[in-house]
Formats: sequence, C-alpha cells, structure tokens
Amino acid sequence: MKFCVCIKQVPDVQASVQTGRMVLNAYDASAVEEALVVNEGTDDVVDLVLIGPSSATETIRKALAMGASNATHIVVETLDGLDSHSIAHILADHFESHEYDAILTGKQSQDSDSGLAGSMLAELLGIPFATNAVGLKAEGEDLVVTRQGDSGQEIVALKTPCLVTCSNDMNNPRIPSLKGIMGAKRKQIPSKEAASVSALTDVSKSFSPPGREAGVKWEGEAEELVSQLVSKLQNEAGVL
Amino acid sequence: MNSILVYLSVHDARIKRSSLEALSRAREVGKASGIVVEAAILHSAAAEMASVAHAHGASKVFCMANPIFDSHLNAPLIAGLSKVIKMSSPRAVVMASTEGVKDVLGALAIRTDAAVLPDVASFDVTSNGVTCERPVMAAKLLASTTSTHPLVFISVRSGSYEVSEGDTVGTVEEVAFDFDEATLGATLREIVQTTGDTVDLSEANVVVAAGRGVRDESGKALVDELASITGAAIGASRAVVETGLFPATAQIGQTGKVVSPELYFAVGISGAIQHVAGMNNSRVIVAINKDADAPIFDVATYGLVGDCFKILPVLNAELRKIIS
Repeated sequence: MKFCVCIKQVPDVQASVQTGRMVLNAYDASAVEEALVVNEGTDDVVDLVLIGPSSATETIRKALAMGASNATHIVVETLDGLDSHSIAHILADHFESHEYDAILTGKQSQDSDSGLAGSMLAELLGIPFATNAVGLKAEGEDLVVTRQGDSGQEIVALKTPCLVTCSNDMNNPRIPSLKGIMGAKRKQIPSKEAASVSALTDVSKSFSPPGREAGVKWEGEAEELVSQLVSKLQNEAGVL
Repeated sequence: MNSILVYLSVHDARIKRSSLEALSRAREVGKASGIVVEAAILHSAAAEMASVAHAHGASKVFCMANPIFDSHLNAPLIAGLSKVIKMSSPRAVVMASTEGVKDVLGALAIRTDAAVLPDVASFDVTSNGVTCERPVMAAKLLASTTSTHPLVFISVRSGSYEVSEGDTVGTVEEVAFDFDEATLGATLREIVQTTGDTVDLSEANVVVAAGRGVRDESGKALVDELASITGAAIGASRAVVETGLFPATAQIGQTGKVVSPELYFAVGISGAIQHVAGMNNSRVIVAINKDADAPIFDVATYGLVGDCFKILPVLNAELRKIIS
C-alpha cells in the first residue's frame, strides 16, 4: 500500500522538567512504524509530511531514519495560532496533488491532545476513516483496522483510499539503525509554504491547574494500614 | 440566541452517565443565559430513553431510531447527527468525550462548519462566544480556549460535572434516518468484547486499577477479588497492559480511558503523569505502593505504603466482612 504519514514535532511532555527538547509525537511514531510493518517485503512507499518551523527538520530526519521513503516539509514559522481546523486544511491542500492508498496520522498530538486533525482531513478529502487504531492489516483493496472503542475492540474494513489515526498501543516504534540515520541525512527534504488558513478557536492563556492536595500517607504492618483505611473510608469519605 | 443541543451517547440501551453530566451542565448554562436546551438520541430504542433526557433538562428530544446506531460506525453517526444539527440549528453542540464521540467529532465539524473545543474540563456559552478550559501538555496545564464561530462543538471529559435533574417539560421529535449504505466506505466486521468487561470502566462508581506492582497472575487474582467485593470495574496502567496481564481496554490515562469514580484504588501504580491525567477527577483515591516516594501519593486521598501482596489479602478479607 502506498502510505503517507502526517507527523508532528512536539515538546517532550514525558519529561518531568520542561527543557524545550522537541521530539517526534509518540502516536505519529507508531503510525510510521505500522506503515513500515504493513509494507515490509514490498516496494511500496511510506512517505511523510510535516507542518512546522524549519527547526522541525530534525524530527523529519528521525522518521526517515526509521525507514520512510520521502518527506515534504510544509513550513510555518510557528504552530501557535493554528488549530486542528487550520492544520487539516493545510494538509488537505497538500493531498490535492499527492495521491495515496492510505493516510496515517497519530490519534492526537501529545501537546494539545485534540485528536481532531486526522478525521477533519478525511472529511475534507471525502474518504472513509477510522480513529484510535491499535492494529492494521492490508487485505486486497481494503485496509482492515482494529480500533479501541468504548467497550471493546471494533474491527472495521475501510475501502482505500482511506485515513487511519493510530494509537501508541499499536506497536513499539523501532530505534533507527546507523544505516538508516546515515541514509536519512543524505535525503533531500523538499519544503513549501503553507496555505493560509485561519483558526476557529483561540487559546487565550495556559496555566497550572489547581491540582489535588495530597491526603494522608501511612506506613506500617498490613493489618494496621487496612484498619486505618477502612475506618477513614467509612467515617470520613463515606464511600463504604 | 438559538439552542444548545446535547448528543446523548447510549450503552446497553441506557444513556451514559457522562452524557447526563454534559446535559446537566448544558441545562445550567441554558438557564443562566436563556437558551433552550435540546437533546439527540440515535439508537433503535431512542424513544424509550427520551423521558430521561427530559428529566435532566432537554425541552425537545430528537429521536433517530435505527439499529445501525446500536453498534458504533462513524459514517452513519456523522450523517445522522448532521441531520439533527440542521433541524435544531444550535449555537453549541455538547457531548460526552467518549471514544465514539472522539471518532466522529472532527469529521462532523467539517461537514457542519463547526469549530471544536475537544475534551474540556469546563465550559460556558455566553453572548461573547463559547469558552472552555481544557487540559493540555499531558494535563500539566489548563488552556483557556474560546471560539466565536457561529456553531461550536464541545466534548466534555467524564466526571467534570455532577448529574442533576431539572423540571423540564418536554416534547419528542421523531427524525427519519435515510442513509445510503453505498456511501459507507467502511464495514464493521466484528466487535471483540474483552472478557470481564462486566462493569463499564468509564462509567463505574468504583475502579480498582493495577500497575506494574501487580507483577503476575497471583497479583491479578487479588485485584480481581477486590473488584468483585466492591463491585468495581478493573483498570490498569499502561505499563501493566504492556506486559499482557491486563487487556488494552482496561488502560486508564492520557492514552486510554478517563475515569471519575467515587472511589479509585491504585494498586502498585507509580502514578506517572500520563496515568494521573486519566483518573485525577476521582473523588476518593486510595493508593497502595511499596515506594513511599511514588508520585501517586501526591494525588491520593489515602496512601498505604507497603507491598500490595501483603495488604490486599487483609483488605479483601476486611471489606468482605463489611460489604456482605
């Protein structure tokens, strides 16, 4: 299958202290991995597209080093002020002139956690889609997707061309080999300007949430701990 | 100003608690700003659930009765909701942030020309626009976000609001669903239910969640026993799901489900930020962990420092006495 994976560079939210380090969105890394696995043993391409500042090139090279074929960099000075709606429109513009059997995206980005751009893009392109995929299999003209639903896994067969948003529960993305890293360094990454699309939502400020206050903590023998807990649950919390 | 439309998700022929939370909040917002609140139910038994929607504040309930909605498939749901949205012509559409809703939200917004405020912790609809606060950066930050677009979708995280009833007198409008299956583009092959999903995790009143500290089958047996005594749904951290001891459907956190029970047991869970993002709306949190410095104790109401293999047998025996 001819794949294109939409990737994003995000701050490293896993780190306990924000260092400004930027990484490949973990969900996107799973999408790249899955496309490579599905295409293993074939000559079919796994292309990439990224919207971001010039400095995001290092993230593109990371995904190329995993084994992706070619990448396009849609350059914007900053992602600030763009929302899922703007991103989906910019991507739709890109896919007007680039055809694929399947477009993959991460199910959300780790910084904004919106989870919208993928399905918005599918609707703009008028193609079937599935979100929150944990498994992917090519079956003739179809792409069979296992997605995590509310109460179980749903197996959906999508007619290609289609779009799938991927969960990081799908796989463990490979660590690029030295050969992959060297190859990625030599690749040309064509860039282009983004179409101008206004956002429909506006973030006015971000702040640390009030957060829960830590309660009490006991150490001691199991019997002692349990009797303290049960007494609190009955008399203070009123949950038993 | 026009209406606020609330889409009510259904599970096992009942409206989900998280949807009733969203409707209860919409009723308060509507009352404060004089906006009519309407609801939409898309399910073969929609009409039988309309009275519940009335009781929680919907003056009119759009019922689209068709068995195609009883299993989740995004294309018909998007088509059905688009039709109801046209009829109601709302200022805002409010829904619970379930996996089903997350699946349709983006595409539905493009089709109906709506802005989206996804996965919010709070929201308001005023004459200046729709405002919300939503967790970002793995819930380390809350972002105040606004939209002045004529139509705005809001999906609400479960546990953000209490369910409450009003005194609304309501009507029902049956809406026909005419869907061309040839345009489907996708077919649902199968729904794989994980065994043991007896209590819906995201709706449960009590959750027992296991982490890496619950090492093996014998640890899992202790967790299962605690869940069965307390009538709890079983959850898990990503770390323990990866070992294969618990199914992916049980995963709680930024990647998995968001839960907000009355009582949450975190057994052998260290409390990584990604996990906490999915459970910190729980009312009472009990943490059991060997490591006194585990971050889970920063959010726990009651923290027990110790080995869960020693504590759970005693706790299970004690709770069995009280509950039976």
